[in-house]
Amino acid sequence: MIDKRVASVAEAVADITDGATVLIGGFGEAGSPTELIHALIDRGARGLTVVNNNAGNGHIGLAALLEQRRVARMICTYPRSSHSEAFEELYRAGEVALEVVPQGTLAERLRAAGAGIGGFYTPTAVGTPLGEGKETRTIDGRDYVLEYPLHADFALIKAERADRWGNLTYRLAARNFGPLMCMAAETTIVQARSLAELGGIDPEAVVTPGIFVDRVVAVPEPMSEREAILRGDRYP
Amino acid sequence: MKQGLTRNQVAWRIARDIPDGAIVNLGIGQPVLVANFLPAGREIVFHSENGILGMGPEPPEDAQDEDLINAGKQPITLLPGASICHHADSFAMIRGRHLDLCVLGAFQVAANGDLANWSTGAEGAIPGVGGAMDLAVGARAVYAMTDHCTRRGEPKIVARATYPLTGRGAVDRIYTDLAVIDVTPAGLAVREMVRGLDFAELRARTGAPIEPADRLGVLEAPEL
Repeated sequence: MIDKRVASVAEAVADITDGATVLIGGFGEAGSPTELIHALIDRGARGLTVVNNNAGNGHIGLAALLEQRRVARMICTYPRSSHSEAFEELYRAGEVALEVVPQGTLAERLRAAGAGIGGFYTPTAVGTPLGEGKETRTIDGRDYVLEYPLHADFALIKAERADRWGNLTYRLAARNFGPLMCMAAETTIVQARSLAELGGIDPEAVVTPGIFVDRVVAVPEPMSEREAILRGDRYP
Repeated sequence: MKQGLTRNQVAWRIARDIPDGAIVNLGIGQPVLVANFLPAGREIVFHSENGILGMGPEPPEDAQDEDLINAGKQPITLLPGASICHHADSFAMIRGRHLDLCVLGAFQVAANGDLANWSTGAEGAIPGVGGAMDLAVGARAVYAMTDHCTRRGEPKIVARATYPLTGRGAVDRIYTDLAVIDVTPAGLAVREMVRGLDFAELRARTGAPIEPADRLGVLEAPEL
């Protein structure tokens, strides 16, 4: 029997070790797997490379992971936001390395990793500092830069519903990088607001097929990042 | 000399040029104002980088949903006909030349259409690009919305960009508080200019060669 359900967020992240590359879903406050990130903080792994669109807000979730000095390197598209003090302080102190990637290139690098593509040529960043040093090619009169897939050891993803095969649905704009990151990681760990019986998700409504998912854990009432920031919450 | 247009008036002017049926991405910052001034009777669909097609306006506070935000992380609504997709599909819409138009802010626009809008390259600044480079190369038309000069009076339309580029030859048309300017293979062609400014004055405030287009119109907008 295939049963990807695990009992707790702690169990779900128990094998994430020092130096791992971890994809973290979410775009702004939508889709952040905050409870899984907190379990990762409790787990204690250090020297992580973390991939996320942003670099955390307030003092919870990814921002807390950074503040606990667990992240050696961030790969993201846009680290600054109205509440990104945690990242900014560490970056200015030279305690975290930063690789900035154009957003569409980040998405496609993840997709390429999940889809077995060895690289791709994109017109994005041609002639800019983010295209410097990269192989370029002119195809049908247009210039492109070569980008490589972005593989990872783990992905932490927030979904709306999941079943024991790992089929997922997402809610509204919380989908963002989720389906791509699920494909790109060796081990994909999902927190879902609810677990469905097998067959309880309409096959046509499945967004991420279970083949791309390894573990699912129910987190019925995920933390609201907005409210946590208003309250000034910190983790731990 | 008469003052130039306000930002709302520039947004109003840009909105006049968006045709019925267009699929449009408005960049973060000034360009989002354009959505406030759409001419009646045109069906215009807004795209947001985080997988949203058919974005509607910000809802009242009690109707906001943390899972429904735009690329600027602002709360939004979905209009009838809207759809949600993941980031790779959203950027396929951008890079794959499916968007009719993108309006982007600018630090500098060069005479050849080069756009700089993501970094001033200042020492110690934290870089962040978001989707700007994809939009710059991907949208079928790119309009730059910018003040004609910086607060210190330096031209933002320049012969060659000195800031790090967002995209090469990206911009098709520039809308400023003083003028509407097309980027053409022959150089910058001024289509419209505010009243009370003569062409020599506009030249003096522009850091690249400009010529009047075949028909030089008046850039004007209602009080907003």
